[in-house]
Amino acid sequence: MSTNPWVWVAAFLTLAIYSFLYKDNPVYRFAEHIFMGVSVGYGLVLFWYNSVIPRLWEPLVKGTEPTRFFLLIPILIGALTFSLFVPRYSWLVKYTLAFVVGASAGLSIPLSFETNIFEQVRSTILTRQMLSGWGMVSNLIMFIGVIVTLAYFYFSMEHKGVIGKTARIGRIYIMIAFGASFGYTVMARVSLLIGRMQFLLHDWLGIIK
Amino acid sequence: MRRTGPLVVAFIMGFAMIFQYFIPHPLSQKFYEIMVQQWLIIISIFLYLFGLRSFTLYHYHKVRRKKEGWYFSLIALLAALITVIIGFGTRRGPLFDKIYDYILAPLQATMFSLLAFFIASAAYRAFRARNLEATLLLVTATIVMLGRVPFGAFMWHKLPDVVEWILKYPNMAAQRGILIGVGLGMIATSMKIILGIERSYLGGE
Repeated sequence: MSTNPWVWVAAFLTLAIYSFLYKDNPVYRFAEHIFMGVSVGYGLVLFWYNSVIPRLWEPLVKGTEPTRFFLLIPILIGALTFSLFVPRYSWLVKYTLAFVVGASAGLSIPLSFETNIFEQVRSTILTRQMLSGWGMVSNLIMFIGVIVTLAYFYFSMEHKGVIGKTARIGRIYIMIAFGASFGYTVMARVSLLIGRMQFLLHDWLGIIK
Repeated sequence: MRRTGPLVVAFIMGFAMIFQYFIPHPLSQKFYEIMVQQWLIIISIFLYLFGLRSFTLYHYHKVRRKKEGWYFSLIALLAALITVIIGFGTRRGPLFDKIYDYILAPLQATMFSLLAFFIASAAYRAFRARNLEATLLLVTATIVMLGRVPFGAFMWHKLPDVVEWILKYPNMAAQRGILIGVGLGMIATSMKIILGIERSYLGGE
């Protein structure tokens, strides 16, 4: 059995969370709120050291005059969020939101084109090389799968006739993908469960070697 | 000023970020660096502070008004405070790392592993082979689960290869179709935001 008090803390918290399998209880809620609080505190410390210090504090203190001047603009835009404390001027926060949302939307458009569309289409297009050898059937299955899945999500036409049949095959592909994703997720969770069991039985109790 | 101003800001910022991507000039790259790696992060600091304020106020009011389960809110606040004090006090020293290794990581792993039990019971109820689609879902999930454990390979040594093939081809085909759809949806939504058609982020207009 472990003599490390930290291992005991971790073991207690692990068992406290698993107590939920019986029913919702105060011990579980205690561990849950510890999790919540520690996550917030941990996040804040990391945010401070990884974002505030290198991106704001150091450029403000050590930066050149023009750098400092330019930093005033985002500080001003960010500080507009404090207008929420004054109901009369609370609308000013919309400028901060518009800046962030507008920039993020603008950034996401080329990024989506590149990663979600061009890259996926490029990988799906059949080349002569892909249509030779043993991989031909698999590559054809992939190519057809992408087309029929897209057909399933095409709602500008009623799913009747050719479109309907294609969409139905698309649904079969989607079900296979969902099944695979489900199986994959279950196995990921089971791996975590095995990890916790190993911790309890090996690190804490020392029952298994 | 109150309604049009923010829409103009979103429009300018949106198009500026789109154009900078297609202009391979050092100035354009500098603009991207300043915007994404500096300005947006600095603004997010203020937004983060607001999130923190919401967390603190929510639990503080619960404790102050002695609402049901107020002592759990007190625990959450104390846990956050202690973590922050240790983090800043030790400047992310070994004690802070121990908080991650022995509190945060185990709690996170246990919380997610809890889902293994619920997902199994949900599957038992939902995965009935009622029609072709449900049967396919059930069969694929079972094959993938079996192929990922040594017992699957023990049953049939080719099973891991079959799983690999399912994940690589039919699964990837549907995932790609979905990804392309998601991409098109994101582009359409982003354009609606930039052009001021979608305004809900400004407060339900």
